Amino acid sequence: MEGMSIIVKKVTQLMVGIIFMFGIYIILHGHLSPGGGFAGGVLIAGAFILLILAFGSSSLKLKKEVAGSSNTESIGILMVVVMAVMAMLFGAKVFFFNFLPKGEAGELLSAGVIPLYNIFIGIEVAGAILTIFLALIIFKEESSK
Amino acid sequence: MELTISIILVFMIIGSIFALHAKDLLSAIINMGFVGFGLVICFLLLKAPDLAMVQLVIETVTLVVMVAVVLDSSRREIAVSFDRRSLLNMAVGFLAFACLFYFFMKAIENLDPLGMHTLRMADSYVNGAVEKTGSINLVTGVLFDFRAYDTMGEAVILYTAALGTLTLLRIKGKK
Repeated sequence: MEGMSIIVKKVTQLMVGIIFMFGIYIILHGHLSPGGGFAGGVLIAGAFILLILAFGSSSLKLKKEVAGSSNTESIGILMVVVMAVMAMLFGAKVFFFNFLPKGEAGELLSAGVIPLYNIFIGIEVAGAILTIFLALIIFKEESSK
Repeated sequence: MELTISIILVFMIIGSIFALHAKDLLSAIINMGFVGFGLVICFLLLKAPDLAMVQLVIETVTLVVMVAVVLDSSRREIAVSFDRRSLLNMAVGFLAFACLFYFFMKAIENLDPLGMHTLRMADSYVNGAVEKTGSINLVTGVLFDFRAYDTMGEAVILYTAALGTLTLLRIKGKK
């Protein structure tokens, strides 16, 4: 897949970092303001999709990338389950128990395990959306050969 | 506000009907985007910024992916011939619709009117959720504390969707 024109490339260069940062902000502030793991994860995946659409990529590089994103989403979903099991070991004997100290409501470091869940769900969603997109592109590249 | 939502809903219905009957698949996808972004405005008017945010980003990304897919395949819809089998399919479809509609009407008979329902479960969620979960954003508190199983199920569905796409779209292993 070849890239787009120089204007699109330059605007993408300027914008993609801001989109990525905004995704991280949405994930980290999920327990304080609207948003959370799902919205932030899709934003991060969107930053990568924008890069791939604008600059294009060879099939070989995409293969490496799809392996990475697939591993990333697997680690994300695994960590969610590990957190659930850790709640069973450390807190009350239930899944998904909020076992960390809650802190003061409204602070960035508060709400116990909820920010951690937000982060791992965000990693999982970003990896999954990017994997689906890369799988479609690789299919097109290989079938057109 | 109800009038605004009604107007947006009418436009969404028109968009979805047009998406069904469009000859060009690209215009069908753009009409589907119309439905999705109308839903975003509805969520914002109903004071649900969390849902609006998720719907907005998901709609944008899926629109981009679907446009990329349609531009690389045939843009024409496949012509379907009308024979006895499609008549049978339509009859089964209508039967299922009638059944579902009948039981739906029976199910909502004893319900309170729209917007007046009693909040038995939601009351205990809304009152004192900040003390229980420690999170100011009530939606996140419900998603990751009271209904954490639900969230894990959603994440697993996404994971399975990604794995299924990878498995279905590989070319090397099929040969």
